[in-house]
Amino acid sequence: MLKLPIYLDYSATTPVDPRVATKMIPYLVEKFGNPASRSHSFGWEAEAAVEEAREEVARLVNADPKEIVWTSGATESNNLAIKGAAQFYAGKGKHVVTVRIEHKAVLDTCRELERQGFEVSYLDVQNNGLLDLEVFKAALRPDTIVVSVMLVNNEIGVIQPIAEIGEICRARGIIFHVDAAQATGKVEIDLAALKVDLMSFCAHKTYGPKGIGALYVRRKPRVRLTAQMHGGGHERGFRSGTLATHQIVGMGEAFRLARLEMGAEKERIRMLRDRLLKGLSDIDQVFVNGDLEQRVPHNLNISFAYVEGESLLMAIKDLAVSSGSACTSASLEPSYVLRALGREDELAHSSIRFTLGRFTTEEEIDYAIKLLHDKIGRLRELSPLWEMVQEGVDLSTVQWAAH
Amino acid sequence: MFAPVYLDHNASTPADPAVVEAMLPYLALQFGNASSRHEYGRAARRAIDEARGQVAAAVGAHASEVVFTSGGSEANNLLIKGAAGRLKPGLLAVSAVEHPCVIKPAEQLCKHGWTLARLAVDAEGRIDPENFEAVMSARPKIVSVMLANNETGVLQDVESLAERGRSVGAWFHTDAVQAIGKLPVDFRRLNTAGVHALTLSAHKIGGPKGAAALVLDKRLDLEPLIAGGGHERGLRSGTENVAAIVGFGVACELAVQRRDALAQHVLKLRQQVECGLLGLGAVLFGQGPERLPNTVYFAIPAIDGETLVGYLDRAGYAVASGAACSSANPEPSHVLRAMGVAPDLARGAVRISFGRGNSEEQVAAFLGSLQAMVTRLQRLTAMAV
Repeated sequence: MLKLPIYLDYSATTPVDPRVATKMIPYLVEKFGNPASRSHSFGWEAEAAVEEAREEVARLVNADPKEIVWTSGATESNNLAIKGAAQFYAGKGKHVVTVRIEHKAVLDTCRELERQGFEVSYLDVQNNGLLDLEVFKAALRPDTIVVSVMLVNNEIGVIQPIAEIGEICRARGIIFHVDAAQATGKVEIDLAALKVDLMSFCAHKTYGPKGIGALYVRRKPRVRLTAQMHGGGHERGFRSGTLATHQIVGMGEAFRLARLEMGAEKERIRMLRDRLLKGLSDIDQVFVNGDLEQRVPHNLNISFAYVEGESLLMAIKDLAVSSGSACTSASLEPSYVLRALGREDELAHSSIRFTLGRFTTEEEIDYAIKLLHDKIGRLRELSPLWEMVQEGVDLSTVQWAAH
Repeated sequence: MFAPVYLDHNASTPADPAVVEAMLPYLALQFGNASSRHEYGRAARRAIDEARGQVAAAVGAHASEVVFTSGGSEANNLLIKGAAGRLKPGLLAVSAVEHPCVIKPAEQLCKHGWTLARLAVDAEGRIDPENFEAVMSARPKIVSVMLANNETGVLQDVESLAERGRSVGAWFHTDAVQAIGKLPVDFRRLNTAGVHALTLSAHKIGGPKGAAALVLDKRLDLEPLIAGGGHERGLRSGTENVAAIVGFGVACELAVQRRDALAQHVLKLRQQVECGLLGLGAVLFGQGPERLPNTVYFAIPAIDGETLVGYLDRAGYAVASGAACSSANPEPSHVLRAMGVAPDLARGAVRISFGRGNSEEQVAAFLGSLQAMVTRLQRLTAMAV
């Protein structure tokens, strides 16, 4: 029996894996000590759990546990990384480089830096969503101090060439930050090989709990930051505040499972994604947004031409999907990511993001395919534009009356 | 094996079973992102709204005045730095006995043109009225004084302090993290007096770690500490920690329901332990003024606090020493320093903070163990002399 609505929005958030939840619960109830309590076994027990989780997070990305700083989530990690590095290195320059299709947590942080007197370049991407390395190189200046480029895009799932970008940054002594919130458990990350200085993680996109994230801060060569939250000096002064032990334990377990299961899971999800794509590609006028090769298999972002986006979302209520990213879907603006790919507003408006995950089944995919065939057919029957297209009218030549 | 007795509830508390039960569905089943528009997201949004109402109700505030954060430290940072971000640099005043997560951000502001006045306290830990008046007449723009101190438990008369603050146009904040659940906290009344913001935290009242709130007068415009997405009315971005927020809401409800019974229960234990401590020659800090019913802060002359808490831990009692919470070097407590306690005595400081689960039998056994330890330690000290 299918449970409706079918959840195909794993990039917005994932359920906590039951194995993760099981590990978390004791740290709420009997092992509830404050990890900062240095005078009794309750505190030590909590601290030991925090350090074990730190090792698990580090292991997934091949880093040293001492390079992992706990935060409340990727948004905070991005704020700490970008503001912290820009403010610390402001004496060397005041130029920051990022990309137009970054997550709001990066873009809004950069906007704030602009208010603080920094200059930020927002780079365009190619039509496939990927950053052109020549464009990137041309944007760098002698006073560039920080570059921030995400590993996996939240809306279209494309994978940016961060290995190459890292080489370029390192050669010029620029701090390189990568938002990897959407990447853990989906792509291999080897921080011993990558020339990345700062990397943001969160648990709730990788079957861990909400409210916990981490920032990787490279030790060799040492990267320094201006702390954004001050107090008891937790996390070696990078981030004060009582550590939420049960959430940290959850993130550790989630990342451990990701490390062990990523290989098999990715192949299973790729098969499901291919099945979905194949099932939808015999509908006329559907377009995949973003590169299909340089992309995680978990994401399929599709525009259905001549279908109005809002009506489409209403029509497929049995599917929990998103148009645009969850964080911006409260607004009716077309996705800024799709617009950056050069999609017209119409196509951006009629886009749906399907994101698949650990608990997605073949049955669910087949249901989704059938539903979409059905509803898109029906919505297009109601569309005068679709009728004109069917009659062979080239819509770009039509003179629309103003009203 | 015996279970150690937990006497450190001001550091953290176990989550109440009812809290955990309320949280669990929001981990694996109702796991939506509250910003998503589909049913999973809407269910998460409804849960957050309900919790917001519960938190507001616990302190007599309106739900729209509650801003969720990841913890008390973040809420205090948000208020201090966020207020400063919207004002021209000037004078800010925080009490000398505030938690580090108020003092440190205040110190940071000194790098950005602000002047910091530390409001002095008397030997009992109460705000010194003369010094307070002198600072107020210099017209501080931001003032922060906690309702109840985490180490001594001493209460401040925040209402009348805030009235004076209001008369000079200060933005007034109070950290109520240790007060809620132990004594009545009424934001409306405090707000009328001149308090603009109040900090609460879940894990001190039987809720989970990872959720807290700044209760904020909406006339106050703060610069956000964390940008990106515009959650929490733009004051705090980041995907909401739904499960912890739900737990926080339930914990607030329970804390208010149980407040009077808890206060009575822990006060009895406090009196019992104080009686025993005085018999051992202990000095009680902040004994005179009104203070939290669950907190005892003491030192036994010539006995080092770190040594004593180590002994107590091995005997099965979890208490706190007066040293700064996450510092490796045992600096004597800044609270005791501000109260003018001699460093030698301050190094002996030990804090006991009771909670729901503690009993008179535990206190009696604790006093028995303590007596034996003190006798032994005093004998060792005497031999060394």
